[in-house]
Amino acid sequence: MRGVLSSTLGACEKASGADDKQQLCTSVLPTDCAVRGGSTQSYPLMYHPATYYGTPPPPHSYPSKPPLSSSQAPHYYHNSHVPAQSHPGAPAVPPGSAPPHAQYGQQLQHVPPGSAPPRAQYGQQLQHVPPGSAPPPPAAAPPHAQYGQQPQQNPYAAPGSYYGHPQPYSAPPPPQQQQYPLTPAPVTAVGSVSSQYGTHSHSGRPGGLPVQTGAPLHHYSPVCPPCGYGTAPGQQQTVLNGQAHGTASTHGPYSAADSSGHTPSSTGTPSPGHHSAPPSQYGAYEGTSGPSEPAQSSSSSEDEDLEEDDEEAGATLPPPAPGTASPVPNSYDSLEGGSYPDSEPAPHSQPYSGLPPAAPPHGYNLQPHRYVTAFPACPSCLRLWGPQWVPELELESLQPINLLQERCLLPPRPLGAPEPNLSPELQKVNCSPEAALCCTCLLHGAKARVCVCVLGERAGERESIICGMDLKTKDFPLYSDQHPPNQALLNKARLPLGLLLHPFRDLQVPPHTHTPAGTSSHTCRYLLTPAGTSSHTCRYLLTHLQVPPHTCRYLLTHLQYLLTPAGTSSHLQVPPHTPAGTSSHTCRYLLTPAGTSSHLQVPPHTPAGTSSHTCRYLLTHLQVPPHTCRYLLTHLQVPPHLLRPAGTSSHLQVPPHTCRYLLTHLQVPLHTCRYLLTHLQQLPVITSNTIVRCRSCRTYINPSSPSWTSGGGSVTCATGSTMLRPPQPAVYLFVLDVSHNAVEAGYLKYFCDCLLENLDSLPGDARTRVGFLTFDSTIHFYNLQDGLSQPHMLVVSDIDDVFIPSHDNLMVSLKESKELVKELLTSLPSMFAHTRETQSALGPALQAAYKLMSPTGGRVSVFQSQLPTLGAGQLQSREDPNQRSSTKVVQHLGPATDFYKKLALDCSGQQIGVDLFLLSSQYSDLSSLACMSKYSAGSIFYYPSFHHIHNPAQLEKFQRDLERYLTRKIGFEAVMRIRCTKGLSIHTFHGNLFVRSTDLLSLANVNPDSAFAVQMSIDDSLADSSLACFQAALLYTSSKGKRRIRVHTLCLPVVTQLSDVYAGADVQAVTCLLANMAIDRSVSSGLSDARDALVNAVVDLVCAYRSSVSSLQQSGLVLPSSMRLFPLYILALLKQKALRTGTSTRLDERVFAMCQFKSEPLPQLLRLLHPDLYRLDSISDQGALHLNDTIVPQPQLLHLSAERLSRDGAFLLDCGSVLYMWVGRSCSDMFLRDVLGVSDYASLPPSMNHIPELLTPLSERIRAFLDWLQENRSCSCPLHVIRDDSSAKNIFFQHLVEDSSDSGPSYHDFLQQILQQASK
Amino acid sequence: MEAAVFILSLVDCCALIFLAVYFIITLSDLECDYINARACCSKLNKWVIPEMIGQCLSTMLMLVSLHWFIFLLNFPVAVWNIYRYVKVPMGNMGVFDPTEIHNRGQLKSHMKEAMIKLGYHLLCFFIYLYSMILALIND
Repeated sequence: MRGVLSSTLGACEKASGADDKQQLCTSVLPTDCAVRGGSTQSYPLMYHPATYYGTPPPPHSYPSKPPLSSSQAPHYYHNSHVPAQSHPGAPAVPPGSAPPHAQYGQQLQHVPPGSAPPRAQYGQQLQHVPPGSAPPPPAAAPPHAQYGQQPQQNPYAAPGSYYGHPQPYSAPPPPQQQQYPLTPAPVTAVGSVSSQYGTHSHSGRPGGLPVQTGAPLHHYSPVCPPCGYGTAPGQQQTVLNGQAHGTASTHGPYSAADSSGHTPSSTGTPSPGHHSAPPSQYGAYEGTSGPSEPAQSSSSSEDEDLEEDDEEAGATLPPPAPGTASPVPNSYDSLEGGSYPDSEPAPHSQPYSGLPPAAPPHGYNLQPHRYVTAFPACPSCLRLWGPQWVPELELESLQPINLLQERCLLPPRPLGAPEPNLSPELQKVNCSPEAALCCTCLLHGAKARVCVCVLGERAGERESIICGMDLKTKDFPLYSDQHPPNQALLNKARLPLGLLLHPFRDLQVPPHTHTPAGTSSHTCRYLLTPAGTSSHTCRYLLTHLQVPPHTCRYLLTHLQYLLTPAGTSSHLQVPPHTPAGTSSHTCRYLLTPAGTSSHLQVPPHTPAGTSSHTCRYLLTHLQVPPHTCRYLLTHLQVPPHLLRPAGTSSHLQVPPHTCRYLLTHLQVPLHTCRYLLTHLQQLPVITSNTIVRCRSCRTYINPSSPSWTSGGGSVTCATGSTMLRPPQPAVYLFVLDVSHNAVEAGYLKYFCDCLLENLDSLPGDARTRVGFLTFDSTIHFYNLQDGLSQPHMLVVSDIDDVFIPSHDNLMVSLKESKELVKELLTSLPSMFAHTRETQSALGPALQAAYKLMSPTGGRVSVFQSQLPTLGAGQLQSREDPNQRSSTKVVQHLGPATDFYKKLALDCSGQQIGVDLFLLSSQYSDLSSLACMSKYSAGSIFYYPSFHHIHNPAQLEKFQRDLERYLTRKIGFEAVMRIRCTKGLSIHTFHGNLFVRSTDLLSLANVNPDSAFAVQMSIDDSLADSSLACFQAALLYTSSKGKRRIRVHTLCLPVVTQLSDVYAGADVQAVTCLLANMAIDRSVSSGLSDARDALVNAVVDLVCAYRSSVSSLQQSGLVLPSSMRLFPLYILALLKQKALRTGTSTRLDERVFAMCQFKSEPLPQLLRLLHPDLYRLDSISDQGALHLNDTIVPQPQLLHLSAERLSRDGAFLLDCGSVLYMWVGRSCSDMFLRDVLGVSDYASLPPSMNHIPELLTPLSERIRAFLDWLQENRSCSCPLHVIRDDSSAKNIFFQHLVEDSSDSGPSYHDFLQQILQQASK
Repeated sequence: MEAAVFILSLVDCCALIFLAVYFIITLSDLECDYINARACCSKLNKWVIPEMIGQCLSTMLMLVSLHWFIFLLNFPVAVWNIYRYVKVPMGNMGVFDPTEIHNRGQLKSHMKEAMIKLGYHLLCFFIYLYSMILALIND
């Protein structure tokens, strides 16, 4: 039975040099540490030391930077000068130098001023810059007022409603309205005052686009012309990139909060001279300008490393996220005086209406941003607009809305996540400079989780905040759907608590620094340093400080510095003195440009004794170890200020003061961390054979590595040579169905073509290996050993007991065997062109793939076209086509066998991820097959009725997906640990993953397109902690064979008021979480049960809100503003393929939709659920974004109802993965001509898949808008232009979820139904 | 005869007690991360059927020997065991499924169940012991 037929393809050459591969592997492997932690040798001095402190790079140090354009330059400068002025007491800062405080985060990323203009993320930050020095915009009414003036139109009677009168869609602008010139408004050059802080605040308003959730959106009729501009000064301009702003306004709030005596700068004047001081938006820029930057600053860095960095976009950028996170560092700087939380109250304490509108509480804004989750792709950036005025937001998000009356619920832009809402009380507390402090720390070990310590509490002030920051990626891929309240509250609120994670998302910006991810492994490496002293130090600290996580972080921080050549030994030889101060000193000195080593050798200001004294002193006085920790961290963080020779020692000699001072100012230790991490990259790397490291850090650094062995009090890390397993190379195996069915569908040719094209862009390094395996009723292996003249096929016909015919030449190095691989791919389609084999032995093929891959791990891509019919894992058709539109029971949503699940778990154990492409025209039991990907963290793609000729749309989708799939970033042997504050626990996990232990997710492969959700439960009362923290750490091996960690941290305040719970609820995240829960429910207890549960969720919310919060006895359906879209989303969910009934839905499509819900990232999911509808023909430049040279118009978001359509318009429906443009019958000829390039409606082709590139302004706008919409998506989406009379119209109309259809009632009816149930 | 029945039940009960303790230990190992879900579940699934048989055995013994009270005490537990086994969805790997066990508090509920069973078996143990002694004395 067992037979190996070798031949068919060519000469049966005996593969010689079988172990070439092996040699290759080992030879390519970097040395131990490099392997572990990122490259050892590849950390060249990336920055000029001088840039770290005080002296930023002189402008000329960027020879290759693009010339400063007048429109950009000012943005860079103005800000730098702000902080300088804000510290009058500080020694004069030379104009060329960075201001002491402004630079921390930013300076590290040398972005040449005026360097490459930002891409995507800047779009998010649209600003109005009053030309000149921010004159207070005259008479700008507070938003409410403005909106209030709008005529209240009956929203449902929108003009130009579908088939209504062809009325011009947008009302003529009010007379006073300022029309924007079509040309990009140049930023007023030098004179313009800009501030990145404001980024959002202004932008929210302009254009009359009330983006923030808080704004009384419901007062807007979507067609209302924006009148925000009317009140704005005539020359306001919208500026891109978020720089533009009245800086003065930025600081306005701070001055209130500024308790430390720093005078808020009068920033009205521009400071063109400050070249070198990167303004805070550097954070944002760094990424973008990255590509050019590293080349300059680190000439020595290896190309590969750079490449790697690029690839690791997210991971490599410790500090601020472009766009989203950029404010974060800024907050430090700007808050210098008051510390960020302090700044918050500022707006609060001042009636905001009293603020000049041009000066919204910027400082305040910063705060929200750190929580704000940017939607990666979307118009998202605009999410940031929302939470600007927090007080308003709070008010607004709580404002009860009667859904039955309020018909215009949608924000003009896609909705953003609410930032954690801080109660006024909290804000008050934070206001005081002596506000309580807390820090989050991570504990390791099995039991401990995150502990939150609150320090320095003042009597009567019970709460404080901290916010965790995202160490690695620029924004939070964590979506938390609400503030964690107490359990009772949560029960009352009837809202689920959970996190949505998108841990490996693509970051739009190529990085130019080495990452924290790499860094922490750096850390590791440093910890593992020879002397053994470090372990001593470590133990000392552990004993004394007794707070392992802190210590850990502390140590991590210090050790890296300790190991610096000069300092190390001496310091380490005096370990007791080492602990606290010294090393920080060391550190500081190390970082001082002057010449690290000399400082270290003669620590002038830091006699060893002093520091230990300091340390002990601190420990004694403060008695709170974390303090010390933070203290030190703090020092590191405020270098410019403290590092001035004179100041330093004195500061240190007055530790408590300093300490408190510092503590007050820098409330976010993680920042420090990030700061440090940033620095590490340029520290010299020490390699040694003896590796010692702190036990408490173990998990943090490397939770899963099999190569750490434990010994004694410290843990030893084996070096590369003795590691059990080096970081996994990129290994790809393609398992292709070549049965008759598959050949008939014709995917093989397109697959081979696509792979051929992308062979060079497969992520990986020189060790990359590929293999191919095809199957029908037998399994075919391909020997691609380098040296053969032709690929060589081996057929295994024994499918009951699959074996691997030849072990070492089936998976071959792509580099060596590229020619053979190409040959195989070229010949493969024709090889099976005439196959008659209709059986499919998928199960045995998967077993073979598992055996083939288990030594290395990697990715298996399975292409299947029918129900597996042979061997293990064979399936029967379970679908009854007559039941497709049944409203009653939908059966067979669960798998039919556990074969695929078992296989997936085996694969997961061997670090093999299985991705499934199902290209099938008939039922293929996706619910069973999907298990192979679900539990091995793979992805699932499904192309119903795929046929290369008959179904070009699917073919195109397949090609796009495949290209994206082949080239997207990938992380191997990943694990993710989700930690949370004690008292919280993870209740359920959603997504394609395997939960290995309570908080450890095993992800064999991780890709940027998959997201996860976890449902949290509150076990203990959180009453004694004021906030809850979550951290998701994703450890993976990059495709270049480096171990990386991405950490996402989120802190949320714990609230005690039910209203706060509502105010903080993120309706999108709630919906997404509920969808996941509903899907679980429908699999376990039936679809109708799940649907009922969803409806009940709305009813419960309405009841809960009615009974608890809303004091007004309003009749009707009242919900808080923050949740106003909830019923709409739930209705949309009920009409989704996954959960709908009544409409004919194939079982496989339904199951696939369920899989999508489980694994798609939130923004994508929401567009799937509730597509964005825009009107295109009336597009205008009002509120448009000015991105670089293009103007991106921002049309208003419309409700998904046919009422909103009109025959004389053209509408765009953005469904996430596809765009539909519906052109009305009487669409204006101008639009047809200028945009679609046809003379009249009749000549519009029935199917049109692109928009011609016309040079008309309208066409340019629309193309810019389309590009902008797709900018950050994982792959570009196809556009379908749909005529009103074409058959494709139905596709468009079925997305209009607010109308009644087969699958559900109209929105209004649904609300009535809810109301009815609620009033029972 | 009666004594023999109770001696047999007693032995059976002891085995069930050990099994319950084993379940508890293994589950708490999982809770503490000492073993992974896969190992834990495959260990436990192995014992689901023996447990079921053991429980049914003592139920049958009581039924056969016409000890109605003890039978009624045993019967629901036996039914529960069978129900639990039968209700396992097709795609799951047994009563304990590694992919599910961390979800929806299943671990906790399994733990609770094992605890309750332990208590129940202990109770049974003493009842059997008492009955056995009584039977021996009566003989």
